[in-house]
Amino acid sequence: MTEFEPVLLKRISKKASPSLDAYRADGGYRALTKALNEMTPAYVVDSVKASGMRGRGGAGFPCGVKWTFLPKDHPGPIYLCINADESEPCTFNNRILMEEDPHQVLEGVVLACYAIGAKTAYFYLRYEYGRAYRALQKAIDEMYAAGLLGKNIMGKGLDCDIFLHRGAGAYICGEETGLIESLEGKRGWPRIKPPFPAIEGAFRKPTIVNNVETMACVTHIIDRGADWFKSIGVPPDPKNPRDAGSYGPKLYCISGHVNNPGCVELPLGVTVRELIDKHGGGVWKGRKAKGVIPGGISMGIMTEAEFDTPLDFNGPGKVGCLGLGTAAITVFDDQTSIVDVLYGIARFFAHESCGQCTPCREGTGWMMKILDRMRKGLGRVEDLKILDDVAKSIGIMPGTTICGLADGAGWPIKNAVQKFRSELEEYIRKGERSTAASLQMVGAH
Amino acid sequence: MAFLSESIRKRIEDYIPRYPSKQAVTLPALHIVHDELRCVPRQAIREIAEILGLSSAQVHDTMTFYQFFREEDQKLGKARLWVCRSLACQIRGGEELLNHLCDKLHVQPGGTTPDGKITLEFAECLGACEGAPAVMIDDEHVHNVTNEKADEVINELRGNP
Ligand SMILES: Cc1cc2nc3c(=O)[nH]c(=O)nc-3n(C[C@H](O)[C@H](O)[C@H](O)COP(=O)(O)O)c2cc1C
Ligand code: SF4
Ligand code: FES
Repeated sequence: MTEFEPVLLKRISKKASPSLDAYRADGGYRALTKALNEMTPAYVVDSVKASGMRGRGGAGFPCGVKWTFLPKDHPGPIYLCINADESEPCTFNNRILMEEDPHQVLEGVVLACYAIGAKTAYFYLRYEYGRAYRALQKAIDEMYAAGLLGKNIMGKGLDCDIFLHRGAGAYICGEETGLIESLEGKRGWPRIKPPFPAIEGAFRKPTIVNNVETMACVTHIIDRGADWFKSIGVPPDPKNPRDAGSYGPKLYCISGHVNNPGCVELPLGVTVRELIDKHGGGVWKGRKAKGVIPGGISMGIMTEAEFDTPLDFNGPGKVGCLGLGTAAITVFDDQTSIVDVLYGIARFFAHESCGQCTPCREGTGWMMKILDRMRKGLGRVEDLKILDDVAKSIGIMPGTTICGLADGAGWPIKNAVQKFRSELEEYIRKGERSTAASLQMVGAH
Repeated sequence: MAFLSESIRKRIEDYIPRYPSKQAVTLPALHIVHDELRCVPRQAIREIAEILGLSSAQVHDTMTFYQFFREEDQKLGKARLWVCRSLACQIRGGEELLNHLCDKLHVQPGGTTPDGKITLEFAECLGACEGAPAVMIDDEHVHNVTNEKADEVINELRGNP
């Protein structure tokens, strides 16, 4: 197989300037020019639909299909929200796109606004991305000065404004309706659905929420065509009637115990093992991997024996994981205690639960406390059953919560109780104690 | 006399045309005040509410949901130093780093040094995981922070008032 040539990271890997002039010299805004001159909005929607591109934010919903859920002939306003909250632990691909090649993303945003009939787009950007905020604002200013934003863009009658809206450190504001509530100036409490945002979203108007990488993909689909996009990646699994295929290039984040952590772009469907060995430089310190967190911590855990699983939208489910998620892997080596890993994960969700659903608010807290007791050498064998019961009873799937945070909180715990049962039982039986630094501090956490 | 300066009020008002509802300016307004005053005093909440046509309880409710904002009695130091404790950092020394900084600065997470220069915080994933363990100074990441590098960072923060 020939080496895949990056598309989304093409300019970034060459350290090209993020300026408008440099972007244009590399063919930037060609797609927008083409769309405004030759394509109707409906044609843009159809192209994105035909590409089979599934959203890159975690849920993997087909992007063009989501756009068609907007009411037909709506008098407006319709809003586009770009989800730049990127708070799923171990995920940083959106940040790299925004910091280093903002126009590639912004071109996709204007294309999406044209397609869906939105005149205003809001970037909901996590506060922690100060560099991305400044890079985007600079790029947006350049666009206004060049007539690529504002009124009558390229003389084609398109009006479009893009505004940056900074978050304030809450993971839940990445959930699309939590995002909308937060944008509106309220607590980031996810809404009960339906109505879905396409019908009633920001400011009670039809709204599309899309991820940053999704927007960058739109730019290239319009530039190179839907067929090009569909020629990359993996077709639907004939054995899974619900699989819509995994097309296009994807940014994979690699972190944890590898020699070369970083972000790489590959066709969807690369295996965990290839990511670690070929792209991550192998496990650090000459050790072996014990497992991996695929797709951010919400997607579960894979053991070393499962590393040949392809990371496409269909693969992780075959080994009991929740899904592809953000396609970010974090490797932990064979000297890492699974209890420490689980405690860190449980602590995250207990901290980030928004608190409005009792099973999530209480359940995430209990899981953290049980794991804390376990790491102090006071675990009981029946704790594993309690953890499993809690993990399986919180979430949208069991029907007890409003949003998917709770499913994500339970999944890694449930996976670990099944896949690492003997290690957990032995830990409890021996009354092992964690050596984690967070336990050595007096009075902290 | 208004508590918030003319320039802060003006910056808040400039956000209003961006949104179809004034309430949407709540977060931008809180950020403007918080950045400038290193906390959001009660009187500022009242005036933000007044500018945006809200009750001060609404602004207070939103503000306290995001544990990010500090009230007056918890005023931040000149710099806010965040240490990531989420998975990628946790397993590459993030927790040891947080302990080291607590020792060095003689504060617990959340606390501010007596000279008012540095507030130390723990953070969940900062989105800089390829550079684990990572820290953030206000809103800029620093990658691959060893104890030595952390010492340099705090020296700089102490030296440049
Ligand atoms: C708890 C939770 C957190 C989420 N965080 C993010 C996020 O940070 N970024 C993101 O794009 N999507 C996030 N999502 C998914 C969004 O709800 C939504 O599906 C996505 O932004 C849609 O964009 P896409 O269709 O382009 O993928 C999150 C979902 C949940 C349940
Ligand atoms: S599931 Fe958890 S995070 Fe989601 S709305 Fe309910 S309490 Fe909030
Ligand atoms: S886990 Fe620390 S920056 Fe992501």
